[in-house]
Amino acid sequence: MALINEIDYGTPEVKSDKLVELTIDGTKVSVPAGTSIMRAAMEIGNHIPKLCATDSIEAFGSCRLCLVEIEGRAGTPASCTTPVAPGMVVKTQTPRLKALRNGVMELYISDHPLDCLTCSANGNCELQTEAGVVGLREVRYGYAGENHLNDKKDVSNPYFAYDPAKCIVCNRCVRACEEVQGTFALTVDGRGFNSRIAAGQNEDFFDSECVSCGACVQACPTATLMEKSVYDIGQPEHSVVTTCAYCGVGCTFKAEMRGDELVRMVPYKDGKANHGHSCVKGRFAWGYATHKERILKPMIRAKISDPWREVSWEEAINYAASEFKRIQATYGKHSIGGITSSRCTNEETYLVQEMIRAGFGNNNVDTCARVCHSPTGYGLGTAFGTSAGTQDFDSVDQADVIVVIGANPTDGHPVFASHMKKRLREGAKLIVIDPRRIDLVRSPHIEATYHLPLKPGTNVAMLDALAHVIVTEGLVNEAFVRERCDPAEFAAWASFVAEQRNSPEEVEKITGVPAETIRAAARLYATGGNAAFYYGLGVTEHSQGSTAVMAIANLAMATGNIGRKGVGVNPLRGQNNVQGSCDMGSFPHEFTDYRHVSNDAVRSIFESIWGVKLEKEPGLRIPNMIDAAIDGSFKGIYIQGEDILQSDPDTKHMAAGLEHMECVVIQDLFLNETSKYAHVFLPGSTFLEKDGTFTNAERRVQRVRKVMAPRNGYEDWQITMLLSEALGYKMPYKSAGHILDEIAKVTPSFANISFELLDKVGSVQWPCNDKAPEGTPVMHMGTFVRGKGKFMLTEYVPTDERTGPRFPLLLTTGRILSQYNVGAQTRRTANVAWHEEDVLEIHPHDAEQRGIRDRDWVKIQSRSGETTLRAEITDRVAPGVVYTTFHHPMTQANVVTTDFSDWATNCPEYKVTAVQVSRSNGPSEWQEKYREMSEQNTRIAERLDAAE
Amino acid sequence: MSHNTEQRLVYMANQIGTFFRAQGHDQAVAAVANHISRFWDPRMRAQIFAYLSEHGGEGLDPDVKEAIEILAKKAKTVA
Repeated sequence: MALINEIDYGTPEVKSDKLVELTIDGTKVSVPAGTSIMRAAMEIGNHIPKLCATDSIEAFGSCRLCLVEIEGRAGTPASCTTPVAPGMVVKTQTPRLKALRNGVMELYISDHPLDCLTCSANGNCELQTEAGVVGLREVRYGYAGENHLNDKKDVSNPYFAYDPAKCIVCNRCVRACEEVQGTFALTVDGRGFNSRIAAGQNEDFFDSECVSCGACVQACPTATLMEKSVYDIGQPEHSVVTTCAYCGVGCTFKAEMRGDELVRMVPYKDGKANHGHSCVKGRFAWGYATHKERILKPMIRAKISDPWREVSWEEAINYAASEFKRIQATYGKHSIGGITSSRCTNEETYLVQEMIRAGFGNNNVDTCARVCHSPTGYGLGTAFGTSAGTQDFDSVDQADVIVVIGANPTDGHPVFASHMKKRLREGAKLIVIDPRRIDLVRSPHIEATYHLPLKPGTNVAMLDALAHVIVTEGLVNEAFVRERCDPAEFAAWASFVAEQRNSPEEVEKITGVPAETIRAAARLYATGGNAAFYYGLGVTEHSQGSTAVMAIANLAMATGNIGRKGVGVNPLRGQNNVQGSCDMGSFPHEFTDYRHVSNDAVRSIFESIWGVKLEKEPGLRIPNMIDAAIDGSFKGIYIQGEDILQSDPDTKHMAAGLEHMECVVIQDLFLNETSKYAHVFLPGSTFLEKDGTFTNAERRVQRVRKVMAPRNGYEDWQITMLLSEALGYKMPYKSAGHILDEIAKVTPSFANISFELLDKVGSVQWPCNDKAPEGTPVMHMGTFVRGKGKFMLTEYVPTDERTGPRFPLLLTTGRILSQYNVGAQTRRTANVAWHEEDVLEIHPHDAEQRGIRDRDWVKIQSRSGETTLRAEITDRVAPGVVYTTFHHPMTQANVVTTDFSDWATNCPEYKVTAVQVSRSNGPSEWQEKYREMSEQNTRIAERLDAAE
Repeated sequence: MSHNTEQRLVYMANQIGTFFRAQGHDQAVAAVANHISRFWDPRMRAQIFAYLSEHGGEGLDPDVKEAIEILAKKAKTVA
């Protein structure tokens, strides 16, 4: 293995059908019209010296190093800003050019420290390289004059340092922040010799608007912006291409290593989901893998109040298996079950469901997608025939109207948000439907044409009102509907949405959004060109989550905005492998590819391959498991990579359910909150320590590659196999690739997917089979998977979670950029610098009424429970609405949320809880008790000998 | 929502019924029966059947009650 250094073509690729032929240094080359000379030269392997150019950003033409001579033209134009022309004859190296470049480089070096041997970029510095390339041998100006060599270093950012002494003001960082990330946090302050890079209003990086995506660090050609890990460790010596384990964007990274030590994660240019970009989590927040709190030895205990006892793998596995067997012998075979994880690989997820169905002998398997995107599966499956998003991310490049509903991409899916913002800066229109004024509503160079700040819980009313306008104002794409959809179902739907009660004027009374704004937004969606919906958990996590997904599908079909690039219905998945965990048969009612367990033909495929008889009835979903535990019929659970106590709603109910169980087995990296109720802890492996695949929100299956040996001793799929074997069901898999081969064999939409294919082509989007050998970027082209598109009647039904005198405010929950889900990983990184606690956003009016000042401790109370946290007064939330995150266990935001859930899938209604907020002096009684219990239940009694 | 499992199942069944109500009686009854049959674990179904027989389906919306009666009858026949 070697260090992967992608070719830098200097300027971005240009897409054009027209080819231009020219001659560079005597060699003929054909490139798309509009390509720069610099890029054309690199296409034939001729590197033109450069400093201010790199192919992730537009050409700037400031460094004057990339000069060339063109026959018939005067002067020495910059090759980065000069486009090719037919018949052009270019010379990239002449005595004149050599002298010019030498002079330019000499000036750069005259104000640059000559500390190459001790510099963090030594061996990987473009300035150093180019100085060598141009043949610089002396600097005639000396170093006594005015210079920047003593400028103060900014080390405020936890992950990278800014050393202005090394800055050549090439502007690459500023342009990367603008063009790639879209934050515009950096600028060049001052003029001439005084020009310096400035973050924000000349603040340090940490205090500025910088979001630490790393784009500037990546763009920097010197050691000016450098990862602190490189300062500490040194330059890496080999890299492994793998997939990020945070959100559903699925960024491809190069894990750059020195031996088995990870030096840095660098976004991979050829990553099809991220195209070389990253966010603060994937780029920098990987330190949890070696955090001191990580558990590396298996542990067991008889009672949850006992201290944990470290044991051998054999003892832990045998204990878990014997407990599960005892429980099944005592209470019946349906008394145990398990949960697969959207953080684990497809292969691991597949194995957990196999162990449960074949080893436990029941279908009590569910996944954490239950509590996020299960309505997406149900809704899109019903409307289109496939439980997945319809597009690839690149489709957004062709969208003219982008509707973001119930999603906050700049925080939840930051790399895709940057992609979307680029398109918005190019002129696409934006409609935001969200109770909060999310950043996309107004940020540098972006402003939503319409923001519809609806009351939480009224999505379906809003979507029906949009449909009302489209139908009653004659904006339906009748040709599309006639050809692609069921006519009777369309007619019934059209007549339903046309009813007066669905008009914007009536719906204004429900949503609080002016009728005219609703009408204008509907017209824009229907008539503005290619229109695409992007949605998140603000759509699904409601009692009408599935209804809202179907209502979005209805709108896409009615306007013909589906089945081609630039349009579609795009769920933004929360965790890295939500799509994959659903695809892999994690739900209790279906096998892989969303095929119901009652289907005899499908069941027989698995029966023959696994060699056991399988059940044809669906099993329990997570909330049903907890209810059944309290009722006494469910006694044991195996949970791989999920913290249900912190992430699921109504914490007290969840805790009671776990407490009723006789054997809770947790497989995870840390003693998470659920483990406080566990009897067996099996230490899991991180994404850096395993092989497999993740499937991102665009159905893209990508390789996860092991970059170091598992510190706990086993990859997660191996642990599941050990447990399964101890239970009496032996699995035959020799590697993660072997598991994927079986998945391909039994799953029609994965039929052609293998490690070999992925190693060859990088990634593929399912379906990937004989009909689509290299995958399917856009679905439902020509026809829907189910045949005719199905319009469903989507009646608005208000949630039963109502406000009133006792609970007058509506709480909605979400997450922020620096943290991920329950925070188990990100809280164990320097990301806590940005978010050390959950806070409650409250509108100034509501705060004033309650005498609450900014940063006051406040108590938030609902019908389910109460907790305390600090208040942040902001008009980002509307009056009557409060908002918080659920990243910190001692806040326990889910103590407050209720167990109301989606009618079709039981996905919890996290987004609507009636609450009261008041000033408080400190932690709630629950928090105090929880803290005590946590301390008691996380003790580790004996340490095994380290050599064991 | 109540933490009593019976009441919770009644609530869940009625939620399903509310969604399908717009499709008209016959289709709604069939759709509710199909949904419960496809997504509910047998013990949940057994609990709602027991509730139906012990409490006459009190609290269940008419379409939903009819759907559960059909499922209960079918379950009896199979048994």
